[in-house]
Amino acid sequence: MNPTIRLPGLAPLFLVLTLTILGVLIVLPLGVVFASALSQGLAAYIEPLTHPDALAAIRLTLTVAAISVPLNAIFGVAAAWAIARFEFKGKSLLVTFIDLPFSMSPVVSGLVWVLLFGAQGWFGPWLQDHNIKIIFATSGLVLATVLVTLPFVARELIPLMQDQGADEEAAALTLGAGGFTTFWRVTLPNIKWALLYGVLLCNARAMGEFGAVSVVSGSVRGLTTTLPLHVEVLYNDYEFVGAFAAASILAGLGLVTLVLKSVLEWRHSGELSASRRH
Amino acid sequence: MNFQRADDTSANLALEIKGVSKAYGRFPALKDVSLQARDKEFLALLGPSGSGKTTLLRVLAGLETPDAGEVRFGGEDFLSLPVRHRKVGMVFQHYALFRHMTVAQNIAFGLTVRKRSEKPSKSEIADRVHKLLQLVQLEDLGKRYPSQLSGGQRQRVALARALAIEPRMLLLDEPFGALDAQVRRELRRWLRELHDRAGVTTVFVTHDQEEALDLADRVAILKDGQLIQLGSPNEVYEHPATPFVFDFLGQACRMPGVVEGGRLRIADWDSEAPAGAPQGAVEVFFRPDEVTFAPADGAGLSADVKAVAQRGPDVRIDCRIEGQPVELIGHGPTLPPGVSPGLSVRVRPTRPQVYAAG
Repeated sequence: MNPTIRLPGLAPLFLVLTLTILGVLIVLPLGVVFASALSQGLAAYIEPLTHPDALAAIRLTLTVAAISVPLNAIFGVAAAWAIARFEFKGKSLLVTFIDLPFSMSPVVSGLVWVLLFGAQGWFGPWLQDHNIKIIFATSGLVLATVLVTLPFVARELIPLMQDQGADEEAAALTLGAGGFTTFWRVTLPNIKWALLYGVLLCNARAMGEFGAVSVVSGSVRGLTTTLPLHVEVLYNDYEFVGAFAAASILAGLGLVTLVLKSVLEWRHSGELSASRRH
Repeated sequence: MNFQRADDTSANLALEIKGVSKAYGRFPALKDVSLQARDKEFLALLGPSGSGKTTLLRVLAGLETPDAGEVRFGGEDFLSLPVRHRKVGMVFQHYALFRHMTVAQNIAFGLTVRKRSEKPSKSEIADRVHKLLQLVQLEDLGKRYPSQLSGGQRQRVALARALAIEPRMLLLDEPFGALDAQVRRELRRWLRELHDRAGVTTVFVTHDQEEALDLADRVAILKDGQLIQLGSPNEVYEHPATPFVFDFLGQACRMPGVVEGGRLRIADWDSEAPAGAPQGAVEVFFRPDEVTFAPADGAGLSADVKAVAQRGPDVRIDCRIEGQPVELIGHGPTLPPGVSPGLSVRVRPTRPQVYAAG
């Protein structure tokens, strides 16, 4: 625990500044979202959310997240394990590549799949011959989402696993445990909170992703629109209440994520990444 | 050179290491190391950091695979056995306790991961854990988590956990490294007693010569991945094989000399050469407390006393011999006559070790 240092006179200044920025940039827009959504009463708020297109969008968003988040969790654990436990050539390159989706525009993460699997793409003709649809279909949305959210779990786990070291696993082996037992009973429990933390952030991003998804979606109403795309479609059609109602779900999701994230940081700070300890 | 004791008989050999080599990239960690440990022996691997002692221990545990060589335990080829089937109890330098398990769960781990047919019942496991907690004197701490224990307590839990699988061999990596001096001395005694009671062949790694000499039945001294000497604490202390060993095992004074026709000459002092001393230019090593003093007109190395200081039960004597500053140690409260600042005396090493210069 670091001691609190007080700089006379500055603390109130910084506090006011921070609160003002926070208020203008975050609380105000969030308030607008909910106010607009509820501007014509609760019935008008509920109505567009129960529209078949909205329900389809919610279902699709959940489906995409339900597929891509576990994929990323598996990839994240595997990548973190490989990076934290083994020495191999090109390791630093791999670490850099994992971070790439963070530094790259999400539109690119969507576009690469169009270039690969689109009608004019490399594998386009072959896919058409075999009647497999990736672009403008759920699988394309999953691919785009997976690529965009790739770093979340891995980046949470790598520093933690490097910090923890391999001694506990080695100890389990000397005590007679097999590889699988060691993973289930030693590795996984040691990283569970960080894994959950990474999954939480990954999920929030997966459900909220717009750029990459919009490239591969084609925005076919009721078929390939996820919730964020649904918001755009409604907004472009001047259906503001419906747009804000859908947006309020996304905002609510963000708030829930924030609360869960804070709870994790508060209760299990020691078991999250070393950099996140306080 | 062969430093093994003549009374080694293969009948009671437990551990045989033959020609083990291991390199990390271009850095050789172990070079052709061969040594044996007898059944129930307490063997220390002693060396400075980077000497390969921990690598050797990890080879024994199965956590490292050597590039060449053989490891046998009880006549069985150990290298072909995976870690989990070797049944070695290992205590890691930082204990490596499972942080999310209680002390009791930590100790029980090795039993609970057994195949169903070999797994003891719940009550048997609980019973065994209780006995081990008693053995390591932590009966009341079974429900605690490792983070709630002191360093010494964690070390004892690690030991209990290793003993729970009834290991064929116990491996300890710097078992006292992370503890403060007081706890370290207490645990050292306790560990030796525990070893004698449990009767398990034990190999432990240390960089602390005092610890190795105090605790072990035999000491293997390593340097730069090579075994330099293997022998009982007395043997290695009394007859260090090389200047490195002499230096590493305690304080050392060194003087250049010459051996000719059975006589050893250091500066203007001529004495009988120790048996087996090499001929020609030599380096003479002696311990700062293994000296006798004589008047300035007697025989010995001429020393000008610069300062004398009482240090606890010992007396430290700073002097110059042949222009070199040398720190000698006298035991007991009374100083030899003539040893006081400003005076010259003669110093005779009682047990000089003579090595070929070079």
